Amino acid sequence: MSGGMLTLRAWRDPILVAISLVALWQVLHEIAGDSAVTAPAPTLAHLWEMIGQARFLPHLRETSLAFLQALAIACGGGVLIGVVLGGHKLTGEVAEPILVALYSVPKITLYPVILLLFGLGMPAKVAFGALHGIIPVVLFTMNAVRNVNRTYLRAGRALRLTPAQTAWYVLVPATLPEIFSGLRIGFSLTLLGTMLGELFASQRGLGFLLMTAIDLHDVKTILSIAVLISIFAIAANTALLAIDKHLHRGAAPEASEKS
Amino acid sequence: MIAGASRLAAVGDEAAVKIHARLEGVTRVYPPRAGHAEVHALGPISFDLRAGEFFSVVGPSGCGKSTLLDVLAGLAVPSAGTVEFEGKPVRGEVPDGVGVVFQEDASFPWLTVEDNVAFGLRRAGVDAAESKRRVDFAVGFMGLRDFSRAYPSQLSGGMRQRVCIARTLVMQPRLILLDEPFGALDQQTRLLMGDELLRLWRETSATVLLITHALDEANLLSDRIGVMSARPGRFLDIVETGWPRDRDSRLAERADFGAVTSRLWSYLRGESLRALGQGTAAR
Amino acid sequence: MSKAGWIRTVLLVGAVGALELACRTGAIAPTMVTAPSKMVTTLIETLQSDEIGMHLRHTLSAVAIAMSIAIVGGFVIGFVLNWVPLLRRAFSPFLAAYYAIPHFAFYPLLIVIFGLGPVPLIVLATLFAMVAMILATMAGLDRVPRVLLKTARIHRLSLIEEIWRVRLPAAAPHILSGLKLAVAYSFIGVIAGEFILSTSGIGHEIAFAYDNFDNPRMYALILFVLGIVTLFNMAVFAWERRMLRRRGA
Repeated sequence: MSGGMLTLRAWRDPILVAISLVALWQVLHEIAGDSAVTAPAPTLAHLWEMIGQARFLPHLRETSLAFLQALAIACGGGVLIGVVLGGHKLTGEVAEPILVALYSVPKITLYPVILLLFGLGMPAKVAFGALHGIIPVVLFTMNAVRNVNRTYLRAGRALRLTPAQTAWYVLVPATLPEIFSGLRIGFSLTLLGTMLGELFASQRGLGFLLMTAIDLHDVKTILSIAVLISIFAIAANTALLAIDKHLHRGAAPEASEKS
Repeated sequence: MIAGASRLAAVGDEAAVKIHARLEGVTRVYPPRAGHAEVHALGPISFDLRAGEFFSVVGPSGCGKSTLLDVLAGLAVPSAGTVEFEGKPVRGEVPDGVGVVFQEDASFPWLTVEDNVAFGLRRAGVDAAESKRRVDFAVGFMGLRDFSRAYPSQLSGGMRQRVCIARTLVMQPRLILLDEPFGALDQQTRLLMGDELLRLWRETSATVLLITHALDEANLLSDRIGVMSARPGRFLDIVETGWPRDRDSRLAERADFGAVTSRLWSYLRGESLRALGQGTAAR
Repeated sequence: MSKAGWIRTVLLVGAVGALELACRTGAIAPTMVTAPSKMVTTLIETLQSDEIGMHLRHTLSAVAIAMSIAIVGGFVIGFVLNWVPLLRRAFSPFLAAYYAIPHFAFYPLLIVIFGLGPVPLIVLATLFAMVAMILATMAGLDRVPRVLLKTARIHRLSLIEEIWRVRLPAAAPHILSGLKLAVAYSFIGVIAGEFILSTSGIGHEIAFAYDNFDNPRMYALILFVLGIVTLFNMAVFAWERRMLRRRGA
C-alpha cells in the first residue's frame, strides 16, 4: 500500500469490511429475532453503558492482569526456549514433533488438568493462557534461529565481530521478522487461552461475565462481551500485522505475483 | 531499420532468403503504476528473422531482451508496431509452432522427466505410439535416458534445463526461442550445452533465436547477432558472422573468431556503462 | 528410527514412568493426577461400556462433517478469492484478523440460533477450520511460479487445462498444509464446543467427569482424545509427506 497506514486509502477496505459485517449482523438479527441475536445498535449501546458501570472495571482489570501475565510468560519464555531449541540441533529435533503435536491438539482437554494442578483463580487462567501462546512462539523462534543464513555468520566472522556484536548486529536483525510473526500469533492465542481459562476458573473477569450471561440467556450481554473482545483482538492484531509487514519489508518477494 | 549491417562474409543471395518472423516498429511500454513512472522497456525494434537461421540477441542488463522474446512469442502484446510469424500476425496469443526455453527452471516438479517431456503432446492430439516415439527420441537426444523416471528435484540445474529443452523438442517447433537458458550454469557446462544446441538446430532445421549476455557464446553459435542498446532497447547493429552451418565449440580456435567478439564489445561497452547507471535489475 | 526419535521415546517413557511412580508413592495426590496405569485401565473399561459409543459417534461425526465442509468449501472459496481480485481485496482484512477473534465467544449465539444438538457445534467447527483452508489455498495459488504459467501459454493450454494441469499441481503443497490445519482445527472446534456447552460428546463427558470429581474417568477420556487426535494428525501428516516426497524440498 502506498503511503502506509496513515492514508485514507489504507483504511478504505477495512472500513468497508466493518460496514459489511455490521450489515450482516443486522440481517442476522432480522432473521433470528431479538431472543437470538440483538441488533447492532442496541448491543453497542449496551456495551457502552456496561463499560461505564463501576462494577465492570474490576472484571476488566482481572482479565487484563491475567492476559498480560500469560503474555509475558508466553513471549519471554517462548523466545528463550525457542532460541535454545533452534541453536542446538539435536534438542530441537527431539522437541519439535512434540510441540507440533501439542499445537494441533484441542488444548481445552487439558483445561481440567490445569484446574486440578493450579486450583481455581488467577494462576489457572495465566497458566492456560500461557500454554496456548507459548507453543507458536517457540516454534517460530526455533525456525528463525535454525534458518539464519550461514553467510551472514561468515560475514560476521570475516569482519571479526565479537560474539556479543554478532548476536546484536547479525542474529537479532536476521531472526526478528520471523520471531515477531510468532509473537503476533502467540498474542492472539494467549488472549484466547486466557478467556477460555476464565470461563470456569473464577468469579471475576470478562470470561466469568460471559459465562453468567450464557446461564441467564442474556443475549445482549453475550454479544456485547464477544464484540468487545473481538474489537480488541482485531485492533491489536492489525497493529501487530503492520509491524510484522514492516519487519519483513526487506525480504525477497514470494515466487510470483498476479499481473 | 537495420542500421549499418556489417558483413564479415557473404551469406548468399538475400532475395532467396525466406523470412520466418518479422518485427516492425515494435515498442513495449509499461504504464505507470503506484510508485513507478512509465517504463519504456523496448523499442522501437524492426528486424526480420530468416528461416532456418541461428540468431542471437546480446545487450546490457535491463535492455529489454526478454521483453523482445515475450513479444515475439505472443506472450506479451506490443504497445506499438506489428509482429508477424509465418506471414500471420501475432498479438498476445502464442502461435502454433513456437517453442520457448526460459532462463528459470520451468520443469514441473510433480512430474517425472518422462512425463515432463511428454507434457505438451496430450493437447496436441498426437496418438500414443507417435507420442512415445517422440519422447523416446527427445529423451535420448538430450542425454536423459538414465533419468527418465527421476523427478526434477533429484536433478542438477543443467539437467533440468535439458528436460525443458526436450519438452520443447517433442513439439517439433519451427521457431525455438531461448531466453538465457544457460545463465545459471558454469562455463564448461555452457560450452557443452552450446554444442548440443547447435546439434539440435541442425537436427530440427528450426529457426533459433537465442538471448544471451555471453558474447563468446553468441559469436560461436550464431549466423547473425543483434546488438541491443541500453533501455529502451533498440538494435544498434546486426552482425553477420558467416560461420559454416556445421560448427561446434572448436570454432573458437579460428583466427577471425576474436574479431567478432571484439566488434560486439565495441558496441556494448558504452551501452553497458549506461545500463549500469540505470541501476535497476533486468527482472 | 533416528537418533532424535530414540531420545524422544526414551524421554516420553521416562516421563510417564516418573509420573506413575509419583502417583503410586503418593507424592502426587490422586485428587490431582491419576496414575497413568489407572488411566489406561479406566479407559479400557470405559470403552467397553455402552454409552461411550454414542458420545464417540457424536463427536467423530461432527468432526467428520465439519472437516469435509471446511476443506471442500475452503478450497472453493480460496480459489474464487484468488480468481477475483475485487472480492479478495474486500475480504482480505477480515481474513487476516480472523484467527485473532475468540470464536467460542460466539458459540452461545450459534446455539440460540440453531438450537441445541449437533448443528451449532458443526457450524462452529466448520467456521473455525474453513478459513485456514481458504488462506492456504490462496497462498498456494499465489505462489505458482510465473515461468510455469508462461510454459502453459507456450503449450497453448486452455484455461481449464492450465488450472488442472499446472496451477493446482503447483499449488498442491500449500493446499495440503491447509488441509492439515483444517483437520486439526475441526477437532479443536468440536471438542472445545462440546466442553463449553453441550449435552453429549467426548468433550462434554470430560467436563462432566470433572464436575463429578471422577478423576480416573476424566483422565482416561483426556488421554483418549489426545491419542485419537494425535494419531489422526500424524496420519494426515504422513500422507502429505508421501504425496510430496518426490517433489523434493
